[in-house]
Amino acid sequence: MNTQNPKKDTKPKITERRRFLTIMAQSVGLSALGGIVWTGYVEEAKASPLLLRPPGALKESDFLRTCIKCGQCAEACPYDTLLMAKPGDGLPMGTPYFIARDIPCYMCTDIPCVPVCPTGALDEDSVSSVVEGKKVLDINKAKMGIAVVDHESCVAYWGIQCDACYRACPILGDAITIEFLRNERTGKHAKLVPVVHADYCTGCGLCEHACVTEKAAIFVLPRDVALGKAGDYYVKGWDVKDQERIKQRNLEELETKTERSEKKPQDYLNMDEELFNE
Amino acid sequence: MNKLFKMRYLILRRITQIGLLFLYFAGNAYGWKILQGTLSASMLFDTIPLADPFALLQMLSAGAIMGVNVFIGAAVIVLFYGIVGGRAFCSWVCPVNMITDLANWLRRKFLLDKVERKVWVSRNARYWVLGLSLVVSAITGLAAFELVSPITIFNRGVIFGMGMTGGVLVAIFLFDLFGVKNGWCGHICPLGGIYSIIGRFSLIRVRHNEPNCTLCMKCKEVCPESQVLFMIGKESGTVNMGECVNCARCIEVCDDDALGFSIRDFAKSKAKGEKR
Repeated sequence: MNTQNPKKDTKPKITERRRFLTIMAQSVGLSALGGIVWTGYVEEAKASPLLLRPPGALKESDFLRTCIKCGQCAEACPYDTLLMAKPGDGLPMGTPYFIARDIPCYMCTDIPCVPVCPTGALDEDSVSSVVEGKKVLDINKAKMGIAVVDHESCVAYWGIQCDACYRACPILGDAITIEFLRNERTGKHAKLVPVVHADYCTGCGLCEHACVTEKAAIFVLPRDVALGKAGDYYVKGWDVKDQERIKQRNLEELETKTERSEKKPQDYLNMDEELFNE
Repeated sequence: MNKLFKMRYLILRRITQIGLLFLYFAGNAYGWKILQGTLSASMLFDTIPLADPFALLQMLSAGAIMGVNVFIGAAVIVLFYGIVGGRAFCSWVCPVNMITDLANWLRRKFLLDKVERKVWVSRNARYWVLGLSLVVSAITGLAAFELVSPITIFNRGVIFGMGMTGGVLVAIFLFDLFGVKNGWCGHICPLGGIYSIIGRFSLIRVRHNEPNCTLCMKCKEVCPESQVLFMIGKESGTVNMGECVNCARCIEVCDDDALGFSIRDFAKSKAKGEKR
């Protein structure tokens, strides 16, 4: 047979080695395919920063990797504030969050949601103060978010008297203050407007919950979304505490990358000779 | 009565599965302090922490720095299934098992295996998925399987509200019914994979008594991991492969008293290993 049909001999043999290598290549290849799709999904799924985490939550990226999604925080919450993200919510699956307009955080002084966390994704130390050498839970140190006022829809900014958010604030007078503005329209009245102070605001959302407008004119956003950062170049010269920042900064980090020009400033200004030749 | 006796383990399994779900639900809804949390991590009697070792592994791979409770909890689970239960988690605890069992039952009822076009997936795919989940966790910095795990999604759905959880469950049901027989639990699920590894040397095992066997093969037909019953009709001994879920369906369907629960036979398995 073989001598009659020499073409048949050239057909590649399926050896054990070939079989093994092909199967391994297939398995690795399919895994890579799955891995690419899976990684893509996870990257998309974790990119939803507009949600509020329980008190004491780590920085969002650390929180996502540390939360085991067990829901013990949500169970501990006496107000059913905390929800667990489920399919259809479009949020990182299984992680706890809350919607302040529906049920805000009532800032329990014993913070039942934090100590039950088995992994430390909710960090007890970040919501504790040391009083007389003892660690005591202190909900006022929570940084769940920051309340933001929309001046356009806040009726207090229109000149209508409303201090619902101020009255609802558990740290009123510090986290929200009422400022007087002159009502230019009438010329004789004051506008009593709410102003949020980031140093004190915990992001509990009681203000958003209390807001009287159809869609809340004061609402809580994650702090890293709503807050800017002045950076180390700007220091409040009149504030002794802020000046400490200069002493603490790392000077090497501040070194400028732009090369200093050798020329005099005047030379630079007169450099464009063509302009003067005309 | 005999029919019920033939389903004694099945009924017990459903009672534990639904009972555990109810205890978790009651932990949230009524504040019962028996089981609080979810299958990912929980508190037993308000004192003993429990944690999913696979979730912990992914989180370590993702680079999380964690508190001590979750490590203790995972150790408790690994010790329990490693010494006692083997892969019993899958058939006695996991709620998804009820869905895949339903799909499998319909398959048998409507003879789908005889008619359907075959879709073949390797039984070892779960170990690839297991490895992959750790790699993806490391790349993304997020426990990758926990984000998509139908087990915990279902579990949380029962405790905290279902939302669109049904969609995930229907997908698995359809995959097992029209895709691959025992597709999810027996081929893909990496949690089953990790419990197969953890339970490799566990004590409670199904024992085959070869002289009683009449080769009816009902056990192999009903077994969700039929490859573990390779010794049926050939030799006596315990079913030692880690993939066995200890569901005891084989024991129930056997009319000849050729199968029963027993303690792993270490000496025999060693001798067999040498022979092979």
